Amino acid sequence: MTEGAGLISSVTSPPVADRGGSTPARGTKFHGLSDARLLEIFKTMYTIRRFEVTMERAHLAGDLYGPFHSSMGQEAIPAGVCAALRTSDVVTSTHRGHGHAIAKGAELGPICAELWGRATGYCGGKGGSMHIVSTEHGFIGQSPIIGGSGLLATGAALSFDLRGDPLVAVAFLGDGAVGQGVFHETLNLAAIWRLPAVFVVENNGYAHSFRADEMQLNPDIASRAEGYGIPGVVVDGIDVFSVYAAAETAVERARAGDGPTLIEAKCYRWRGHNLGDAEHLYRDRREVEEARRNDPLHRFRQAVSGRLELAALAGIEAAVDKEIDDAARFAAESPFADPRTALEGSF
Amino acid sequence: MREITFIEAVREAQAEALASDDRVFIMGQEIGSYGGVFRATQDFVRRFGGHRVRDMPIAEQSMLGAGVGAAVTGMRPIVEVMFMDFVACGMDAIVNHAAKMRYMSGDQLRAPMVIRTQGGSGTHHGSQHSQTLESWFLHVPGLAVAVPSTPQDVKGLFKTSVELEHPVLFVEHRALYRTTGPVPDPVAPIPLGQGVVRRRGEDVTVAAVGKSVHQALAAALEMEEEGVSVEVIDLRTLVPMDVEIVLESLSRTHRLVVAHEAVERGGWAGELVARVVAEGFDELDAPPLRAGSKATPIPFARELEAAMISDERLIARRIRESLDLAEYSE
Ligand SMILES: Cc1ncc(C[n+]2csc(CCOP(=O)(O)OP(=O)(O)O)c2C)c(N)n1
Ligand SMILES: [Mg+2]
Repeated sequence: MTEGAGLISSVTSPPVADRGGSTPARGTKFHGLSDARLLEIFKTMYTIRRFEVTMERAHLAGDLYGPFHSSMGQEAIPAGVCAALRTSDVVTSTHRGHGHAIAKGAELGPICAELWGRATGYCGGKGGSMHIVSTEHGFIGQSPIIGGSGLLATGAALSFDLRGDPLVAVAFLGDGAVGQGVFHETLNLAAIWRLPAVFVVENNGYAHSFRADEMQLNPDIASRAEGYGIPGVVVDGIDVFSVYAAAETAVERARAGDGPTLIEAKCYRWRGHNLGDAEHLYRDRREVEEARRNDPLHRFRQAVSGRLELAALAGIEAAVDKEIDDAARFAAESPFADPRTALEGSF
Repeated sequence: MREITFIEAVREAQAEALASDDRVFIMGQEIGSYGGVFRATQDFVRRFGGHRVRDMPIAEQSMLGAGVGAAVTGMRPIVEVMFMDFVACGMDAIVNHAAKMRYMSGDQLRAPMVIRTQGGSGTHHGSQHSQTLESWFLHVPGLAVAVPSTPQDVKGLFKTSVELEHPVLFVEHRALYRTTGPVPDPVAPIPLGQGVVRRRGEDVTVAAVGKSVHQALAAALEMEEEGVSVEVIDLRTLVPMDVEIVLESLSRTHRLVVAHEAVERGGWAGELVARVVAEGFDELDAPPLRAGSKATPIPFARELEAAMISDERLIARRIRESLDLAEYSE
């Protein structure tokens, strides 16, 4: 694995092109977050981790079906970004979207039920793992068509702009999306119209078996922002505080009408591309083990030690474990999707 | 005869094309050292080299568009679109470029390329990874469309396709990948536009391609128990379409059901039915019927998919309707 392909864990880099956005406050480790907010952020990260672990087991046990893309190891990115958002702000996502839905506030029961194909799922079983939507929480859609999430958020930002709503749209994208022509169009359009959008590329080092540095000679995705005249920021996606700081700056800038920001969050995809992926064909177990030592949850615990009681974190963990078990039970006990609804809802 | 799986046939067909013609090369995502997400190019990099088996970034426009450019300058690209749904991302290259180069240039340019893709329901990939979209391409002059149903047809149709002077869309249903069938060595090329009778019958003709052929055969077995004799025709290609073989069959059965997994509305069955009505009206004892999927996106959950997808039960129902054994139901 070469440098730049996902293992980087340096502190927040300064923006490559900074036109009006301010560098995330450095030095202040917690960026002014209160104890309660810190605990909330931890809860989000831990919930995503626990959710992915539990669902993966359920899938292996045959309770779930369909493709499954785990976001384990990337928890700090949705947690940090969504902590900078309001409920009415919107988020769009990718095939690897469970964490984004959770961080935006969607409820665990209906998310689980959707993965389980049950009538009580957010989409009544029509969507599945790659198509969770909860408009109530501003989670307006995953696009597993690579690159699709960017324009969805751009259009949402356009609608906020047209109506004068003080809202922001955030798109999560994978590093693989950068290869799509639509990535270029997305950034350019959002830039020239100064739309209230933030583009967060989760550079987890791989697009399926493809290393990010095999798909682009310039491994710094954020540096592309310069070409569009917008700020581009590289953050350590393992460090939730760096992510939060960059997101907060970008969201403020967007809300103020100063246009979009491209954030590249470097991280590492802990699991195979999907469940059942033949990972051994393209990466070494040792590389994965090495990367997993850089655990966002562990980093958080280290960072807050001395400030927060570890007992408080343990309390959150216990509560989340129970919430996830309850959500899984809710899903498992829910009725199957109702065939009578199959033909409804197109038009 | 050797028995091989459908996906082995795809692999062999491509390997033979690479081995026999230096102009042939492949572009697609995950096709290199990963060997393809469905193993269609397993071991190809070692056998043919990375310069001829080219891994792509996620960029459908590029691989299809660059494929056209390479084709008009003397190469014979095979472009693999991982899921048929993603052809939408590269549609311009197929529809506005590949299909039209030869005609627009007064036959100076030709775009001999095979666009391989797979699609279909049954694996619960959700609305954006399960569609059957081959009907779109019937509407674009300049493209051939092949939809094989057996390993032997995969090899025979591919051999022809890769040597043609125009683009061919080669559509596989992933539910067939693990099915097996006999293949002679070598497989004779199968001309495009030549259907085949898969089962002889007297009462009703069912025309289909791909996975639907197997479902039509299953429906025929079911109907046999009810005393109905069903003829099953595998058209094998949609452009060109072997209307003759259907008309010949109708001269004996006088009843037609056209089956496809694609949404019934606007699907290719409508084209076949229109041709049959125009050219064989006098042969028909009943209105020709279509057995296609309901007009909704493919849902994720099993129960929902079963309620909208075209399958052997729907085909059997249409056969009964055609024979007036049941009332037509949409
Ligand atoms: C248009 C399109 N082409 C190809 C695919 C197949 N595909 C699904 S996920 C994936 C890799 C995505 O990588 P990346 O964007 O880095 O996201 P990650 O999986 O790493 O989260 C590919 C190629 C797709 N879903 N959509
Ligand atoms: Mg990636």
